[in-house]
Amino acid sequence: MKVIARLALGMCLCVAQSRAAAPAPQPVSGNEDVARLENTAGRYGGRIVVGQRSEPKTLNPATATDAISREVIGRLNGDLIEINRSTQKTEPALAKSWKISPDGRTFTLTLRKGVRFSDGQPFDADDVIFSFAVYLDEAVGSPQRDLLMIDGKPPSITKLDPYTVRFVLPRPYAAAERLFDGFAILPRHILEKPYREGRFAQAWALNTPAPEVAGLGPFRVKQYWPGQRILLERNPYYWKTDRDNHRLPYLDELVFLFVGSEDAQLMRFEAGETDLINRLSSENYALLSKEQSRTQMQLTDLGPSLEYNFVLFNLNDLSGKKLDGIARKQSWFLDLKFRQAVSAAIDRDAIVKLVYGTRGAPLWGNVGPGNKMWVNSTLPHPSRSLETARQLLKSAGFSWNGSGELLDPRGQAVEFSIVTSSSNAQRMKMATLLQEDLSQVGMQVHVVPLEFRAMLDRVFQSFDYEAAIMGLGGGDADPNPEMNVWLSNGSSHLWRLNENQPSTAWEREIDQLMNEQMVTLDYHKRKKLYDRVQQIIAEQLPFIFLATPNILAGAKGEVGNFQPALLDHYTLWNADQIYLRNSENAGLR
Amino acid sequence: MRTKARVRFLVFLLVALHILAVIAGFISPYDAKEQDRSHPYASPTRVRFADESGFHFRPFVYTSVCDFEGCREDRTQEYPIHFIVTGPSYSILGIFKWDYHLFGIDRPARIALLGTDAFGRDEFSRVLYGGQISLAAGLLATLITLTVAAIIGTISGFYGGWIDEALMGVSELFLSLPWLYFLIGVRAFLPLHVSPIGTFFLLVGVIGLIGWARPARLVRGVVLSARTCNYVAAARGFGGSDIYLLWRHVLPGTYGVLLTQAALLIPLYIAAEATLSFFGLGVSEPVPSWGNMLATLQHYNVLVSYGWLLAPAMALVITSVIYGLLADALHSRFS
Repeated sequence: MKVIARLALGMCLCVAQSRAAAPAPQPVSGNEDVARLENTAGRYGGRIVVGQRSEPKTLNPATATDAISREVIGRLNGDLIEINRSTQKTEPALAKSWKISPDGRTFTLTLRKGVRFSDGQPFDADDVIFSFAVYLDEAVGSPQRDLLMIDGKPPSITKLDPYTVRFVLPRPYAAAERLFDGFAILPRHILEKPYREGRFAQAWALNTPAPEVAGLGPFRVKQYWPGQRILLERNPYYWKTDRDNHRLPYLDELVFLFVGSEDAQLMRFEAGETDLINRLSSENYALLSKEQSRTQMQLTDLGPSLEYNFVLFNLNDLSGKKLDGIARKQSWFLDLKFRQAVSAAIDRDAIVKLVYGTRGAPLWGNVGPGNKMWVNSTLPHPSRSLETARQLLKSAGFSWNGSGELLDPRGQAVEFSIVTSSSNAQRMKMATLLQEDLSQVGMQVHVVPLEFRAMLDRVFQSFDYEAAIMGLGGGDADPNPEMNVWLSNGSSHLWRLNENQPSTAWEREIDQLMNEQMVTLDYHKRKKLYDRVQQIIAEQLPFIFLATPNILAGAKGEVGNFQPALLDHYTLWNADQIYLRNSENAGLR
Repeated sequence: MRTKARVRFLVFLLVALHILAVIAGFISPYDAKEQDRSHPYASPTRVRFADESGFHFRPFVYTSVCDFEGCREDRTQEYPIHFIVTGPSYSILGIFKWDYHLFGIDRPARIALLGTDAFGRDEFSRVLYGGQISLAAGLLATLITLTVAAIIGTISGFYGGWIDEALMGVSELFLSLPWLYFLIGVRAFLPLHVSPIGTFFLLVGVIGLIGWARPARLVRGVVLSARTCNYVAAARGFGGSDIYLLWRHVLPGTYGVLLTQAALLIPLYIAAEATLSFFGLGVSEPVPSWGNMLATLQHYNVLVSYGWLLAPAMALVITSVIYGLLADALHSRFS
């Protein structure tokens, strides 16, 4: 009897605990400026489990550099202005409104009143001032700092009253409001002390006790199991509500499970251990769709992503580098006709078919069809033509010997290697297809798979490579995050790094256009400038663009408000609105 | 006598296996690198003898029509299989150039006995061609490993003292090296593109270098225990030289260990190439080897959807079983 009584008591405690596990959302009070989402409805309760490649390195929004940490941090924190991933437009967040001065330099933001951090402490302009002081502090080393520095100068940020903040930029900056997305507002009451004491970098590590990590996001940390998972619970003070004025988020808990490779994530999802899968390869998508009728999963193909995969020739200045073999081949790579011939010989449709299983799009420029706001749709899309490729090569002085090998004007056989990351199965496949395509115009191409970091080292540091297959993009749809690729002194100006001066007329023109679009506020004028940039890139081919994969995502059937988007984070960007259709806890409403 | 027959049979099988690899060009209907982009992941072609009109002595196939959902047979026309036909040219052992193939089929039909891979390349041809590199590399690397291991292990065990300590210290060092980082380092020092012959010796060298330490320690143990045996001491008492003692009395004891190690190492080394190709040290596309063909099986979707791509794994299993049985038979014959 005693045992049974104990068991019963234990069970009661368990139930009580699990109930206490999810803090009930606080009732919305009249003097609180909540953000009401008019199109959102759902039901309370339940937990969603998401698989992640590895565990986050930190929970500190100002020092996190890796995508995995940001995946978690993004759910814990709020920004002043957000980019709605679905419409790709900016929306008021912690700033309920903002005004831009006619010269485009002064931003006056009005903050929401009555908003509280996840520990219940109030939020006001002091938190904003503190947060940006942290982001701008060179000693903190925040990766976001570069985004705020315009011409090497920081914006000046002043508090006008407890709910009004003014940002003055050193010069006009197009779409500057988009920058606010990604600058999480930090709680001054918690982080000011470690910041003053110079311990900011260590603050909010994964082992920090949960109550000391407070943010303005829909969730807050509850518990962390090293190497296994991190459990988030509802932030009961979150500042968004649904159309019926119910405070979001709907979910009680959100779990990030550290599972490993993409295949492992797929298997967990198939086994029902996880509820969402963020980014599927086309093969895995095909695998899941075969079972769809049985499993009732929601599988979404959002169409071409913003990522672009390309072949890159080493055009770096190699003088003094002891890479004579590569320097000799640069006479081919530097020849525009050679690059055009390579581009003409590539079978992009085969890449889309064999690499992405038709779930992708061929590319001829850096902006793909997925980016409807910015794509230059007037650019030509020439189909594969070996004839054109041969003519181009012939006119550049190349010839062929008896066995069909391509010879350069000095009579040397055209032979080069393409490095690519061995862990990226898709780019490895592209390399194999390219090798075959180019062999048909007599080029002998060797595929050299390298471990990812070893490859980056060659491309960014030692310049010891001839050609490479890489991918870029996928951040924001706006042209500004692409500045570091296209400006001749940009840190990702891959084909010719560390340039102080543009070495060609077209690179100079791109520099001018990119800098001009950055200070142009009118969308149509900016679009025109960026169209011209895309045109130059497509003509001069510093990269030879190949293809872009579609964004593919999946969720269990019972996940409601599942609205994956083209922008990162593809599936959890609206974690506050996601709910479970069959949640047992619906009584809470 | 029974073991002798078994050894003969197994050696015959092994020789047959290696000959198959050597004459891969003749047996395979296609070039291992030839892509057919309209038939990726096509399932194995069914060879048929009967249609509506009845039984035929000449086997035939149907063409297949593929889309991303899978492949179906188009039964409107039959394509008979021809034997001894001309096709893409190849060379045997790099000496004889030839363009006769054991069997073939008229275009546009294709015959893929073991299906095709992601690029529509014939898996049957690739397994045969892949065997050339894999079998040779596995065998040669094992030979190098065991030779080095036998020499070092014997010296170490027989002479003992500081030589033993020094050699075993080195072997411990080798066992504890972080190989992953070592391999990345090795790759950085090599030229970007290594020719197929270069790759082959690189493979053999790297594998041999990594592998010697463990068998060397095993050999040392055997030698150490044999050295103190009474018959060795007696032979020494009769004035036997070191060489004589080793050759006559000590080394025969190690054959068992070496043989078992060989049987274990050959398949291990063939598969190890898959790991090495991850670091850019293996045989690179489009040249096939069992190792790099197995590497594509690391992807879950391939493993569950395209079972025929397990063919190189089957080939590897068959090879290892034969080697294992042979080592077993030889072992019992020697003891």
